Amino acid sequence: MATTDNILHVALVGNPNCGKSTLFNALTGLNQKTGNFPGVTVEKHSGKVRIHAPQAKAARTVNFIDLPGTYSLFPKSPDEEETLLALLQREQSEAPDLVLLVADASNLKRSLLLATQVIDAGLPVVMALNMVDLLEESGFNVNVQALSEALGVPVFALSAREKKGLTQLKHYLAAVQPEPVKESAFQKNLLHTVLPQLDRKVSDDLQKQASAGVPVDVQADTLERYGSIEKNIKSFITNPKPLKALGLTHRIDAVVTHPLSGLLLFLTVMFFIFQAIFSWSEAPMNLIDEAFAQLSDTLRAQLPPGPFSDLLSEGIVPGLGGIVIFIPQIAILFGCIAILEDSGYMARVSFILDKLLRPFGINGKSVIPLISGVACAVPAIMSARTIKHSRERLLTIFITPLMSCSARLPVYTLLIAIAVPEEGAGTFNTRGLILMALYLLGFAAALLTALLMKLWVKSRERSTFIMELPVYRLPQWRVVLFTMYEKAKIFVFDAGKIIVAISIVLWVLASYSLPGRFEALEQKYSTAQVVQQLGAEEAAAQLEAEKLRNSFAGMLGRAIEPVIEPLGFDWKIGIALITSFAAREVFVGTMATIYSAGDADENSLALRQKMMIDTHHHSGRKLFDFPTSLGLMLFYAFAMQCMSTMAVVKRETGTWKWPLLQFVWFGALAWIAAFVAQLAF
Amino acid sequence: MGDQARISQFTDAEIGLKLLEMGCVPGASIKLVRFAPWGDPLAFECNGSIISIRNAEARTVDVERM
Repeated sequence: MATTDNILHVALVGNPNCGKSTLFNALTGLNQKTGNFPGVTVEKHSGKVRIHAPQAKAARTVNFIDLPGTYSLFPKSPDEEETLLALLQREQSEAPDLVLLVADASNLKRSLLLATQVIDAGLPVVMALNMVDLLEESGFNVNVQALSEALGVPVFALSAREKKGLTQLKHYLAAVQPEPVKESAFQKNLLHTVLPQLDRKVSDDLQKQASAGVPVDVQADTLERYGSIEKNIKSFITNPKPLKALGLTHRIDAVVTHPLSGLLLFLTVMFFIFQAIFSWSEAPMNLIDEAFAQLSDTLRAQLPPGPFSDLLSEGIVPGLGGIVIFIPQIAILFGCIAILEDSGYMARVSFILDKLLRPFGINGKSVIPLISGVACAVPAIMSARTIKHSRERLLTIFITPLMSCSARLPVYTLLIAIAVPEEGAGTFNTRGLILMALYLLGFAAALLTALLMKLWVKSRERSTFIMELPVYRLPQWRVVLFTMYEKAKIFVFDAGKIIVAISIVLWVLASYSLPGRFEALEQKYSTAQVVQQLGAEEAAAQLEAEKLRNSFAGMLGRAIEPVIEPLGFDWKIGIALITSFAAREVFVGTMATIYSAGDADENSLALRQKMMIDTHHHSGRKLFDFPTSLGLMLFYAFAMQCMSTMAVVKRETGTWKWPLLQFVWFGALAWIAAFVAQLAF
Repeated sequence: MGDQARISQFTDAEIGLKLLEMGCVPGASIKLVRFAPWGDPLAFECNGSIISIRNAEARTVDVERM
């Protein structure tokens, strides 16, 4: 047993939509953390709670682990594989000591199928019979005692949504000493049948068990299980007919999946989300903006001048501000997506768009990653794990980074303000239209890419689209708020580390050069002749520009200048393109550092003005004129400039082939689009 | 739409197993409840759950009309 640390690890297992996550939330409250399963990127939710037994003085810590929902232990998709391995691999950290099987009382037969499989696999089980209140309201009666005796495991009737009946379960968990996992023939046979289909490395122990098993005829085994469930079910539930609670769901679906109103509603919902992201976040973003500008100024005023003060006020603080300012947008976006998923609407979007997406080699389930990709490609790509078909999954992963993510937003905002200086009157202003066009272009490029990939990547696998459309319900606001908080936190700490590091590195690269170079420049510009010719102020400004050109960062930018010159870009933009590879939003900070405008957020007037008057050092025309600004936006719309995305694609597909191909193909798209912008305007 | 039927057998092992595990056993009564825009996929009700399936997949399930 893994409880050497005296923590009881309890894994929650159940069918999709059985209330498993609701129970998990009710049990753990806010003591949750989101991590990853070892080696893969499926999000793993776990939460440690201290639980007191009623009489005993002692309390114990229970670690609840929420596993992806599944109908059976024979996995049909990568996330279901995760559930199986999390249950059976004993060597991993947090290997479950006890399985909390969440059964949906309103669809008991199906829940019992999974329950008997888990019990037969030799795992210690306790069952939570959820949604009992719904059942009893409609005049059903559940015999918990009989169910418990038939299964040979304790059963607790409860309602996770109403938080009823949780105390008894907690008391049980506080005191239970679960038996160790038993050797079981079924587990060996299960592994023997399943392992050859996984393209994952598993522990030697599992391999050994698998080799001792015999193949299972899964269909026959399932039918046999249903047969014995059918025989006994009358003693568990009086009148075990399905609930008639679908009336409302059918009435909503009549509108939501209707050919006309359904599609209109979908477009309206998407439009509303974009509105929310842009308008609701404005006030908090301005507030954060001002706070950081003030902090920067205060630091500069208070600290003794010198490299440390410069680094802090021009490098680190603006860098931090550049991250924190996105919190409102990220939180709103993830909040919206959580509402769509939790209410049951997202499944309908998959349903109504499946036929439309099929010709492109993806399916209705690709909608969730694609929509989430508007927030951030990293979690979006992880969510593609629910797609069973490996080519559809690969294509979905491949095209998701083309959806304009929230990190591109500040780049667009800054460049649109420069390219289109005056905002037109009326609802449809040019800036808004350009922004929308960029999002649509990204989506179009995604579909086009999928189409090309479909022709190229051959697949014999059959695509299926069998999934449940869950009953509609009100989103649980606590869950939505918690998701917003959690995602914002992950963003700040994960992306934040990179952005701050890049800000510091960039500041150093832009402030230093090969020994002797800066001194030579300083000498050149301090001679009486030059100062007299240019005036002291102009001489100082030219010195600064020359210093930057000759700094390490400048050398880097000039090295790639020949490649991007046809796009109207110069070495300064070149530096930004390189640093943006860490995270696209670094563009704004890079521009700020290069133009040393002091405060580095995209609303900064000083930065915008400096960029607007800058000229290209070869052609002499305005550097950020309309074609170049547009080209640069298009470049950011398409180019694969995100290390985290490439890393996650590598992990999800198991090879560097796909992220490298993305890098090349997206880069080509970006270059061509920016080049066309130069020619056309 | 609204047609009721009883599942008699699965002619496709893979689709059959998935449906089985979702609770649609042979003998269970099902009701066609909805078509997506463009007429595909469709949704049916079984054991109080709504399950969506593409038309081509649905054709692999033999049913008896009721």
